[in-house]
This record gives sequence, C-alpha cells and structure tokens, in this order.
Amino acid sequence: MSEPNHFRRLMLLWILASVIATPLVVVLLGPLLSPGTGSVQASGHQTDTTVLAGVATPVLLLVVLYLAYAVTFFRQEPGGVLEGPAIRSDARVQTWWIVITSTLVLALAAFGTVELVGDGAGAGEGPNPAFVPSGKKLQVQVIAQEWAFTYRYPSYGGIETPHLVIPVDTTIEFHVTSLDVIHSFWAYQLGVKADANPQVDNVAFVKPTKEESFSIRCSELCGIWHGYMFDTGHVVSPAAFQAWIKQQQAVFAPVVHDLPPYATTYAPEPSGRGS
Amino acid sequence: MVVAVAVFGALIGLYISVWATQLPGAVTAPTSGSGSTKSANLTLETVAAVGPVYSPEHPDWVSYLVQSHGHWVHSTIFTLPAHSLVHVTIYQYDGDSGLRNPFLAEVEGTVGGVMTVDGKTMRAINPDDASHTFVVPQLGVFVPLVGVSSTAKNPCSYAPCGLSFDHHTITFTFRTGKKGRYRWQCFVPCAAGTLFDFGGPMQTLGYMDGFLDVV
Repeated sequence: MSEPNHFRRLMLLWILASVIATPLVVVLLGPLLSPGTGSVQASGHQTDTTVLAGVATPVLLLVVLYLAYAVTFFRQEPGGVLEGPAIRSDARVQTWWIVITSTLVLALAAFGTVELVGDGAGAGEGPNPAFVPSGKKLQVQVIAQEWAFTYRYPSYGGIETPHLVIPVDTTIEFHVTSLDVIHSFWAYQLGVKADANPQVDNVAFVKPTKEESFSIRCSELCGIWHGYMFDTGHVVSPAAFQAWIKQQQAVFAPVVHDLPPYATTYAPEPSGRGS
Repeated sequence: MVVAVAVFGALIGLYISVWATQLPGAVTAPTSGSGSTKSANLTLETVAAVGPVYSPEHPDWVSYLVQSHGHWVHSTIFTLPAHSLVHVTIYQYDGDSGLRNPFLAEVEGTVGGVMTVDGKTMRAINPDDASHTFVVPQLGVFVPLVGVSSTAKNPCSYAPCGLSFDHHTITFTFRTGKKGRYRWQCFVPCAAGTLFDFGGPMQTLGYMDGFLDVV
C-alpha cells in the first residue's frame, strides 16, 4: 500500500476545522469575552479580543491537529526500528512559516494601534494624552489613597464623594492620581485601567453606552487592605445623574470648604505624623 | 541534602502560614433587644502607644482597644449582630495629626449623619484636628475622631488609659447590614516613622484596622 500524501491530508483537515471553528469562536465566544460592551472603549476591547481569538484559532488548530496527526499516523510500530529518519530542514516550509506568522503579528500590531488611536482604549495616557476623543467631556477625578477611592467633580463645585456615578452616553475624562503610594484604578465593565501615581495626573477617557453598575478595583498591590479596595460604580441617565450630583452637593456641603482647590495632583499635608 | 532542603522549605512554609493566619481574637459586642430592635454597644479607645502590657513586641505603636466585660482588650475584630443598630463610644486619648484627605473630616453613614464629641453634636471636624478615623467603607460609615490638644495637661502615654487622662468622648450609631466580614480602618497617617505614616500599626491587624464580623 502506497504512502498517502500526509501534507495534503493535514491541510485539508486543518482548512475544514478552521472554516468550522473560526466563525464559531467569533460569533459564539466573541460576545462573551471580557470586559463586555459597557462603553465604547470596552466594546473596542471586546472587538480586539475577538479578532485576536479569531486569528489565533487557525494557528492553534494547526498546531493541535499536527500533533494529533503525528501521534496517530507516525506512531512507531511495536518491534519496529528504534530510530526514525533524520530530520531535514525544508526551506520552503520555513519561509512560509516566517512569512505567515510575521504577517499575522504585524497586521495585529497595526490593527491594535488603529484601535488605540481611535479613543484611547480606556487606558491611562499620562498627563498629556495623545489620543483624545472629540466632543464635550465630563471631568471626574479619581483620588486613590490607602485604602479607598474618592471622586471629585470639578464642574460641580469640586465636590468630593466616595461614590462614582457617571451619566450614560457622555465622554468621561478621568484624571487619576494618588495621595500616597501607587494604586491603579480599574473600572472593569467600562474597560478603564489607569495607574494612580502620587504627583501624577493620569488621564483616561471612556464613553459609557448603557446604564449599568460596574465594579471598581485597585489593581496595584498597595498594602494590607489592597484586596478590600473595591467599590461599585453606576452609569445612570443624565437626569438621574443631575439629581444625584445635587444630592451629593447637599450631603457633603459641610466639608466642601475644607477641600483643597481642585488640582490635577495634590501634595497633601501632613506627609507624616508631626510633619 | 534533598531531605534537608525539603524540611527547611516546609519549616519556612509553616512559619509563613502561621504568621499569615495569626489574627487577634474577636470580641463580641454586648447586645440588647431582639428582632428589628436589636442593638449592640461597642466601646473603644484609641491610644498613642499601646504599651508593653498589650503588645510586648510593639509597645510604641498607636492602637485601638476594645472593651469586653469591663476590661480593655487588644483586638480590632468585633462581632456584631446583622441588621442592627450599633451604638459606638470611643474614648480618644491620642493627639491630632490631621487628615491627608480633608474630605474624610465629615461624618457619613451614621444615624442622622452625625456624631457627638463630648456631648456636642457634630457633622464634621476641622481636618487638621483629626487624630484617627473609624471608617467602614463597605457600610459607608466614615467618622473622624478629633485629637487631644497638644497643650493637654494630663495626656495618657500608654494604654490602658483611664478617664482621668485628657480625652474626648465620641459617640455615634450606625446600622449593620447583612451577615459578612467587613473591614474597617483608620485613614489618618498616624503610624509615625513609617512610609507615608501608613506602615506598621496601619498595616498590621490588631492596631489601627480590623474586621467587623457581622453575624
């Protein structure tokens, strides 16, 4: 019996599996990928991850199928020769492998860059953000301290509150800073993650697209209560936001005159007991 | 050689496990009433130095103490009933050092949004006068504790501090929620000599932070 054309068989198997699996991954798994679709930026993350998963699926299948094929068809017979034929290089295969993988990686790098340029991707961009979404924005300052986040709204008298509530369909300009050590502000469902460094104004943009609650966590190990540095934020309608901010202004009126003037960073005193 | 390394590794692991799981004993606050009228009384004191009796390892560390059966106990884990009012009395013996974030000078999350300081009802204090805070972030309870003046004539050096020493008496009431473990902490940088004064007793259970075990 003549030896079958293993390469052709493997390629056919691979193409068939890829044609079936890739659309399934994109259509069925894609919408389940994190962080969801709570904001323009979060949706962008999900799209990016879906594209990555879609591109990775044929690559993964090729590796797994080749392994399975080799184990199945190139298995040594019991009592057969102990040593197989010598492995030789194949310039054609090597060239194709380099061309295909390089193309994939470079294409994904270009794709990721375009996505980042569009809206900042919800990432902390430092004090001078390069990628600024157009249109009107609501500034919200995130102040991290050991071990809680508080929030200031400069366009509403600079009030500070321990709650984060933002209006839907509005571009939010987060200014993230810290009063002590390094923290990191992570609003998971919004796709926002920005380091909170003392004396640094780290700007991140997000445009929430649906009214929902989102979890907030510190994602930088910052001390004994790091694991408890979490909170729940809320995206609400513009009308509900206006009502909420008015209520917060009333609740925190007794302390508002003690707050420092709004600034992008703070060097609070005391820096230590007795200083 | 291999056995020696394994034994040494196991001993290190055991030491770390014991160290990491060492918690002060929980103190149950006395309760009264039942059902929706159930309430608990939690009596605390803050001291500038916990003293060698309560903490031979760190006698100079600032600390909270809790009262249990008429005695002061060195613990910051308090057992409280769920969905109940908790009447808190804090005898504040420590001096002021000020808040790094003045926002925390306002009382929030207590019944009526107020506390009393030496019998006077207050909604906020001067942030510079803060000595400590009692904050339970998960319950939204924020209470700043005003410090004893630096010109006090009879300050308390080491715990336990009796009422004859200069102090402020702070009272407030808050409501617990569902059963669970809630952390509480001080937000004033009061751990002198550590990074941002937030090390040592601020990062060691049993001194300036702990848990409310709501059962």
